[in-house]
Amino acid sequence: MDYVIAALVGCFVALGIYMLLSRSLIRMLLGIIVLGNGVNLLIFTAGRLTREIAPIVPRGLDTPAGAIANPLPQALILTAIVIGFAMFCFLLVLAYRTYQALDADNTDTMRVAEPEHAPNPPLSY
Amino acid sequence: MAAENLPTAMIETVTRVADWVIVLPMALALMGAALLLIVRKSAGLGFVLALLVVTGIIACETSLLMRVAEFGPQSMTMGKWLPPFGISFTADLFGASFALAASVVTLIVLVYAEADRPPEVAGDGFYALVLLLLAGVTGSFLTGDLFNLYVWFEVMLISSFGLMVIGGTPMQLDAAVKYGFLNFLATTIFLLSLGLLYGLLGTLNMADILRVAPLANPAAMVGVAALMLLAFGMKAAAFPVNTWLPASYHAPPAAISALMAGLLTKVGIYALLRTLVVVLPATRDVLEPVLVLVAVATLVLAPLGAIAETNLRRAMGFVVIGGIGAVLAGIAMPSLGGVGGAGMYIFHAMLTMTALYLVAGMIEKQTGETDSRRMGGLYGTSAPLSILFLVFMFGAAGVPPLLGFWPKLLLIEAGLDQGDAVGGLLVVALLVNAVLTIIAGSRLWAHIFWRADFTPEAPPAAPPGGLHYLAIGVLAVLIVAAGLWPNPLFEVVRVGAGDMIDSARYTDAFGLAEVTP
Repeated sequence: MDYVIAALVGCFVALGIYMLLSRSLIRMLLGIIVLGNGVNLLIFTAGRLTREIAPIVPRGLDTPAGAIANPLPQALILTAIVIGFAMFCFLLVLAYRTYQALDADNTDTMRVAEPEHAPNPPLSY
Repeated sequence: MAAENLPTAMIETVTRVADWVIVLPMALALMGAALLLIVRKSAGLGFVLALLVVTGIIACETSLLMRVAEFGPQSMTMGKWLPPFGISFTADLFGASFALAASVVTLIVLVYAEADRPPEVAGDGFYALVLLLLAGVTGSFLTGDLFNLYVWFEVMLISSFGLMVIGGTPMQLDAAVKYGFLNFLATTIFLLSLGLLYGLLGTLNMADILRVAPLANPAAMVGVAALMLLAFGMKAAAFPVNTWLPASYHAPPAAISALMAGLLTKVGIYALLRTLVVVLPATRDVLEPVLVLVAVATLVLAPLGAIAETNLRRAMGFVVIGGIGAVLAGIAMPSLGGVGGAGMYIFHAMLTMTALYLVAGMIEKQTGETDSRRMGGLYGTSAPLSILFLVFMFGAAGVPPLLGFWPKLLLIEAGLDQGDAVGGLLVVALLVNAVLTIIAGSRLWAHIFWRADFTPEAPPAAPPGGLHYLAIGVLAVLIVAAGLWPNPLFEVVRVGAGDMIDSARYTDAFGLAEVTP
């Protein structure tokens, strides 16, 4: 099972990077979210996939009765999902605002901060 | 298994009040940010509150630094779980002194921003975002857990996004797109490396990693470290992945770009120093050729960018990148002098790069222009500005009486002590960097301040006021004084670098639980 999920992670990351190489902001956004989900899946797989029960200690015991699923990757992923979602939302709104303000969703035509054909530096002094 | 057979995993004793100084800076900054968000509409109150909170943070960090200097690295673990179960905050001399420098810089930038911000922008949440940024920076310096480091990185990132777009001019939006995408990509790569590291070791606590890392597959560990090098290199704007910095740092108002230039890339390079030198030293040795190449390329190419650039603050951006190259050179030399020089350079860069951006902002204010080709003859109207600009520029290059000289001296000494071709290459690159930075700086200076026959196109703008000069003056005094009396700094660096190379004192501070790996 681990190998299947690992291959899936590879597909996610490859797809994410491919879409990030695009010049269209919306494709890049999709690439970021696919890459982020690939990474989340990777953490989940890194914690080892098991068919064990939820990590809850039964009443009256100090330790779980049998083998349990590893709870730590779940906590890590939960944090990563929340953060990734917040960042994605910000970038989505930013892309929309940029489209409104600059009339561009292509990074090649976004040259306000870095003017194209900048004049040569002065040669005096 | 009965409970009494288990090793203890909880801290039974009550935490001493004095130990709280490790977490208080972050707690104060986060609570202050929340408070400032509530009162953001009331003009005047925000500035006073932010000053008070940052002063409180400075007080906490001063006491933390003194405790660390006296008793060695200090640690505190959340939730009373022993590490590696609880998340640790651990301060050694480097972390504590960088955190202190970061909050001092923030205080100065707050004063500058108060003078700089037009009254009609009140209520945009600037102060809350600055405190949130400070929380992220301080947390990154003081954390002892790699996943926690990721979280602080994201805190820092989201607040810098906010600061980048405050005002919402088209140029800021354009810059924020590039800054946002590339930095978020960098933290995603960092998260990727964390996932792999967790899969290999089953822990992300720094001291625990040190304990179990020798048992893991060394090839896989090098892969993880290479991903971290890429991620932190992107955050720090090291050479092949540096293009986002000159594309974005000049867009927001001068105070904000000064804060970013002073703090953000330094956190990235500090994280690289911490992970490669302290946490994964075995992989650092494997990656050394890459580190040397990146360091040399960054050192030599960045100031060339500064020479070719005419936009004043974009040129400063290239100077910032050049400084990152110097720290990388230190990471590439694992000796006491190399790591000590890298640490001292981070300290110097926090002060000097902030000062450079602030003085650039004042020049822009005086002339009403952002491009050095349309400035000129400023010496006649503002001689103090010309002296300040020259002092900070020479400081960035590493000219003797200033703070920037000492870290470069340490680095060059370390390179010569190494006595091989690699050390020599790094020394040459450091010297070339210094010369090129001086050329770039003096060229900009000549264009902006000389050219007496220059007639400006824009009408003369409002000259910078007293508060501007107060803020920049304090920074100038700090830089010159630290350059003239560097002994305390050398002492901090000697002990701090010693703890980085021999991490026994650092890991002992964690008080790890007795668990079998």
